[in-house]
Amino acid sequence: MSVEIRVASIDPIRQTFARTSRRFGADKPASRYQEASFDLQPRDNFHYRPVWDPERDIYDSRRTAICMRDWDDFRDPRQYYYATYVLNRARMQETAEKSFEFVERHGLLATLSAGQVHQVEALLLPFRHLEWAANLNNCFITAYCFGSSMAQGAMYNTTDRLGIAQYLSRIGLLLDGNSGRSLIAAKERWLGDPAWQGLRRLAEHSLVRKDWFEIFVAQNLVLDSLVHPVMYARLHTELDAPGAAYLAMLTEFMKDWYGENVKWVDACLKIAAAESADNRAQLSAWAAEWKGRAIEALDPLVRLIDSGDGPQRLEAAVAALDLRMTRLGLDPA
Amino acid sequence: MNNTHTGQAGKKLSLKEKYALMTRGLGWDTSYEPMDKVFDQLGLEGIRIHDWDKWEDPFRLTMDAYWKYQAEKERKLYAVLDAFQQNNGHLNISDARYVNTLKLFFTGITPAEYNAHRLFAMLGRQFPGPGAAIACQMQAVDELRHVQTQIHSISQYNKYFNGLHDHSVMNDRLWYLSVPKSFFEDAISSGPFEQIIAISFALEYLLTNLVFMPFMSGAAYNGDMATVTFGFSSQSDEARHMTLGLECIKFVLEQDPGNVEIIQRYLDKWFWRGYKVLGLVSMMLDYMLPRKVMSWKEAWEIYFVQNGGSLFNDLSRYGLRMPRHWEQSVAEAEHLSHQTWNSFYNFSDAAAFHVWLPSDEDMAWLSEKYPNTFDQHYRPRIEHYRRLQAEGKRYYNPSLPMLCQTCQIPLIFTEGDDPTRTSHRETEHEGEKYHFCSDGCQEVFEQQPDKYVSAWLPAHQILQGNCFAPDADPQAAGFQAEAEVMRYFHVNPGQDNMDYEGSQDEANWRLWKGLSPDGASKAPPAA
Repeated sequence: MSVEIRVASIDPIRQTFARTSRRFGADKPASRYQEASFDLQPRDNFHYRPVWDPERDIYDSRRTAICMRDWDDFRDPRQYYYATYVLNRARMQETAEKSFEFVERHGLLATLSAGQVHQVEALLLPFRHLEWAANLNNCFITAYCFGSSMAQGAMYNTTDRLGIAQYLSRIGLLLDGNSGRSLIAAKERWLGDPAWQGLRRLAEHSLVRKDWFEIFVAQNLVLDSLVHPVMYARLHTELDAPGAAYLAMLTEFMKDWYGENVKWVDACLKIAAAESADNRAQLSAWAAEWKGRAIEALDPLVRLIDSGDGPQRLEAAVAALDLRMTRLGLDPA
Repeated sequence: MNNTHTGQAGKKLSLKEKYALMTRGLGWDTSYEPMDKVFDQLGLEGIRIHDWDKWEDPFRLTMDAYWKYQAEKERKLYAVLDAFQQNNGHLNISDARYVNTLKLFFTGITPAEYNAHRLFAMLGRQFPGPGAAIACQMQAVDELRHVQTQIHSISQYNKYFNGLHDHSVMNDRLWYLSVPKSFFEDAISSGPFEQIIAISFALEYLLTNLVFMPFMSGAAYNGDMATVTFGFSSQSDEARHMTLGLECIKFVLEQDPGNVEIIQRYLDKWFWRGYKVLGLVSMMLDYMLPRKVMSWKEAWEIYFVQNGGSLFNDLSRYGLRMPRHWEQSVAEAEHLSHQTWNSFYNFSDAAAFHVWLPSDEDMAWLSEKYPNTFDQHYRPRIEHYRRLQAEGKRYYNPSLPMLCQTCQIPLIFTEGDDPTRTSHRETEHEGEKYHFCSDGCQEVFEQQPDKYVSAWLPAHQILQGNCFAPDADPQAAGFQAEAEVMRYFHVNPGQDNMDYEGSQDEANWRLWKGLSPDGASKAPPAA
């Protein structure tokens, strides 16, 4: 037996929007993700050529060398639309907020050794600038890519990167007593420290590329897969030193974010690679080119990791990237 | 480098300081690549910015706070939308005619919100100051929110009413939707400063209450809980967008005296472009809402003449003046909605919503609101249409109208000082003749003729045979050109359009509400 509520029922004349029916089957009830994500970008009858790219249309699939028959084929395994995205991030930020409050209230970063503090200052805080470049790169993809499903994923990635850059900034402010000195010092390293210059050069190169899918490969596949496992993940495995657990708490957002974001990145690459041999070759070539540059750029930094195993960690990350590329249907070079 | 570790509890930061530390320092002057290659659109317009650090952040939201606040709003909104769907909330609206305002909104404005999402992503990438870039990025994701929450609010209506089923394709193809489409594409195809002045300032600040207020208040007055809840939920987003509009114009004006002339030109253009698009809103307020909120004339007086006037008073210290031809918009407020609705009545066999003639009660309201014009010029025409309908000779205009090359509205408006003469301007460019509805539109064209000659004018495109589906064969025997154009528009003739009376929408509404054909209530159908 169950409690019953009787309601007047009237039959709908259709189940969903025509664009949703065309993509997911006629007259099946559609999910909110399906209705909110696909086939929203203007396609036909553009009125004017953009002054910022007069050879092409406002939305134009020719802004990348990648070709797709169906540009809205990029489905997000997380099924994020705005509401589910912000609800998820709100939960993550709540956890992060508690960690920051806890560490701050008890002055827990004071338990870090001078060596640990130096590691944070020299090897963690300057990454806020790399995340800013990642933000701009994903904002570029949002703006100039083709199709509403790709633009949507890149949009959330854009705001995620800003969030990460700001969490890194807060770690600095916890360390320097809100003076901002640690952030100024981190920027000086980013701008002048020889160990960081390779990475800054690489970031600046990525900012002048014009093929948005190349930027996707450079930033979201190659750089992330080498930076995150090497520079952030180690904070979650080396927990013996006093205070290490607090650093793990303060970077948990980045760790959780990376694990989740990979699903979206992989889905996009897998779909594009499966489309054609040409796509596969182009994506593989970009990945190989940016992988070579990224290894070179990260080499001086990983040597500074105090546990001494930085180069091995980078090597392991490169091997994991190669494996991942094979899994995605790309050829590791 | 010094060890910056203090180990002491930090000093308390103000919100402004905290935001600046966490955000403003993220950018840097590139040196491995030149700055003008990293931000390569800033030189397109002749606007000069000397110091991006002078940008005052219009709102200081860090991402964590953004996620938190926005999630709270989404929880509330979707709880209401769930309840609305579960309880057939669409049955509580004032009358099924009301849904036609949603059709206009959903096919005309929701796609514009999508364009805004992409436009602000462009700005979020193109402005070199992190303060300005982040304000634009947040608006980019907000606009995506608005597209999606509108889709989810209207999803329930789409299941029960016609004409809402294919908003994106219709916006790309359907003739009258080229008015809002070309407006937004005009903005998005411009340089970054014109983009932000057009949308953040002219649309979101100066004219926002003339887009947002009519639709959301219309929803509130007509029992549309889904749309009005969306409206309330997006109000704080819109407030942020307005402050961005105001900050950006002040910032650009303060950076260089040479910018004033360019900004004034943008304002003249975008005021006029925006005003023309609002013609669709005027008829919605005066003719389409079963329960009226206010007249177009009243709305224009409050939201443009008074509020806009005091805004321009403030801005006069920068050397800005009211946009050109604003006085004309005031004079035309007496006529705009009547002439616009008349055109849709004439061409409703090619639209994607229903029309109707105003009732006696509606006409009494129109007489009261428009004492100088309605009884003299517009009531007689409506009474004439009524007689024709009673005789079974409902009038449709079978021709394709001449369109204005700039705003793309048919030449349906009259001279400001003579409502019996059609306003028609023309000019020649490279041996071709171009037509306009007004001096304002002609001037916009003459500033950038090479841009506007490329406009996709639906009437021309139909005549050139460019509005048929790929599988249509105009050479085939029995080819039905009009029906094929409707198919290209994704409009179902008779089902999505023509008169509300006799429509499927009306029949369903009567069935669901238990109304007999003469309007009297009878027992509702069995559950």
